[in-house]
Amino acid sequence: MADSQLRRTMLYVPGNMPSMLQNVPLFKCDSVIIDLEDAVNYAEKDAARNLVRRFLQSWKVRDKELLVRINPLYTKWGHDDLKAILPEMPDAIRFPMCETAELALELDAELAKYESANGLEIGHFGILPSIETVKSVLNAYAIATSTKRIYALAFGAEDYTASMGIARTNSGEDLMHPRMMIVMAARAAGIQAIDTVFSDINDMEGLRKETELVKRLGYSGKSLVNPRQIDIIHEAFAPRQADIDYALEVVEAIKQAQQLGTGVISLKGKMVDAPIVKRAINTLQLAYAQGLVDTPVDEEILNG
Amino acid sequence: MEIVKKGTAGTMQSSDLMVFVEPADSLKIEIESTVIKQFGYLINAKVDEVLTKNGVTAGLIRLTDRGALDYAIEARIETALQRASAA
Repeated sequence: MADSQLRRTMLYVPGNMPSMLQNVPLFKCDSVIIDLEDAVNYAEKDAARNLVRRFLQSWKVRDKELLVRINPLYTKWGHDDLKAILPEMPDAIRFPMCETAELALELDAELAKYESANGLEIGHFGILPSIETVKSVLNAYAIATSTKRIYALAFGAEDYTASMGIARTNSGEDLMHPRMMIVMAARAAGIQAIDTVFSDINDMEGLRKETELVKRLGYSGKSLVNPRQIDIIHEAFAPRQADIDYALEVVEAIKQAQQLGTGVISLKGKMVDAPIVKRAINTLQLAYAQGLVDTPVDEEILNG
Repeated sequence: MEIVKKGTAGTMQSSDLMVFVEPADSLKIEIESTVIKQFGYLINAKVDEVLTKNGVTAGLIRLTDRGALDYAIEARIETALQRASAA
């Protein structure tokens, strides 16, 4: 089962912009992704690396998950990015243009080398690969299962549509297939799926609809570029009270069923069996992680 | 670190600064800042600290500050120095 760390909002912050970087401690997102890749001009890669390193040294009380998006390792900047960033102990690397399992394994080996040289546990640094080309969508499951460091797959729609030679639309049918492929690959691998950014920062209703859609598909979070989008996304990902109430009833019902020696029972005229209980557990785990219920759910109830 | 050519780093955006360095026989520091009255002595101290740490004993160092915090001052000076000392 995917880890239960909340990653509803993964906020990109440009690596070469002090006015944004120093607000990182204030943003109420679950994760922050400091960007050394697309948000930084080629001529400023060295400056951004220095700035991010010094900023991270000054950010002492880290209250959210920290990722750094490095440049791909096949560019001339990727390895220098790692060298500058790893000593500042990010939780994970957001890995752009991860088209194959081999590329993920190349980063895995680099991280292992650093960990072993510095007395860190192997596997300390996570990897969040960006699935953002047609090829990477087709390889999503192989990438997801290539190394245990990968705790989620992150969809990147802008590069994906570019690699398909199509325009990105607001209606979203152009993204339906890759979205399904990615979330299925992630769930099959037992990890989370993170949806792409919603780039129109003035269309909050569109953002809400898209977030509700990807939640229904099985995504557990979204990448975003503007902190104004955080609240809407958190609202959309919060389990509704009715869903929480129902999940609690399901858990009670299945406990009763187990006392009666059966794995199936009727609740308000509807059958409750293992898959329904599993969904209820998922809802309650999410609700607990968001502080909406007081006690964690006991997963053992699935096993009777 | 020896300054062998001109180097610049940073931007004129708020919370940032521009750093210009160039070769000179002795060490000369010029600081212009939107907050010079309130924080001039702190900026000076930070600049001195970073130059000492990087072993800079000669050069013209000019800063135009837009209210940058210490980490940004350090990073921008480092970058300008690296660019000015690179072959």
